[in-house]
Amino acid sequence: MPRVRVLVTLKPTLLDAQGRTVQEALHALGYQNVNQVRIGKVIEMDIADETQPIEAQVREMCDRLLANPVTELYEIEVLE
Amino acid sequence: MRFGVVVFPGSNCDADAYYAIRDVLRQPVEYIWHQEDNLHGVDCVILPGGFSYGDYLRCGAIARFSPVMQAVEKFAGQGGLVLGICNGFQILCEAHLLPGALVRNEGLRFVCKHVYLRVENTETPFTNRCLRGEVLRIPVAHGEGRYVCDRETLQELQANDQIIFRYCDSTGALTKESNPNGSLANIAGIANERFNVMGMMPHPERACEPLLGSEDGLKIFESIVHSALAVAR
Repeated sequence: MPRVRVLVTLKPTLLDAQGRTVQEALHALGYQNVNQVRIGKVIEMDIADETQPIEAQVREMCDRLLANPVTELYEIEVLE
Repeated sequence: MRFGVVVFPGSNCDADAYYAIRDVLRQPVEYIWHQEDNLHGVDCVILPGGFSYGDYLRCGAIARFSPVMQAVEKFAGQGGLVLGICNGFQILCEAHLLPGALVRNEGLRFVCKHVYLRVENTETPFTNRCLRGEVLRIPVAHGEGRYVCDRETLQELQANDQIIFRYCDSTGALTKESNPNGSLANIAGIANERFNVMGMMPHPERACEPLLGSEDGLKIFESIVHSALAVAR
């Protein structure tokens, strides 16, 4: 059964307040060379129905629920 | 004028809205459970604040697909009045009944305090008892209330006068300091193009009695009742 990983990230044009705060914490730990920290989320799932192309199914799930097209981008990775 | 307050698992301002409508506004009101697929014939639906479905995935993302929201979408499409407060605003955006989205506050903090709002449009069912430019004092309580949208959407909102409330200081000036969450253009509340659906992050139901420090929120509920009377005439 194929396992699928969806990576959801904030659009680059949006301020990522979480990423900025984590970056400041990394700087405080001495990692001064770190920049552009962005935080997203990973959603993994097994998909049993192989009658339709998996990527198309997951794309539909992303468009309808898993990501908000106003603020987020997504990438789909099919893990074997 | 009959009101319905929708209750999702995780709603926590439903009782406040119910109380404000029944005991202060003195209008009939009932709760509508999220699994119901009809709205009991109410004239105005309130989507209350809270953390529907635990705010999982994104605020409002799961609530949007509940049976009651299918009924709310149909109701809104027929011109029914829908007011989304805080989490209710987030749900309306997720349901595409309102444009844009609400994301994490710029300062990351959960902000819980009274703020000032400037009324930008009084020709709506939700603000007809306010004066244009009037400053209302109403509390906010949210961690994800930063309104964002793309440039074209913002231009449309401005051109159509769909921005109903903006965060301001006590004199009505739109300042960076008075914006509690980093919202685009100090936006605190918007309406759809037909002005029958409005979402706002501040909580008018928490500002309906002198004991609560402000009665300004009552003007929004009074406007809704007034708009229904105007239609009836």
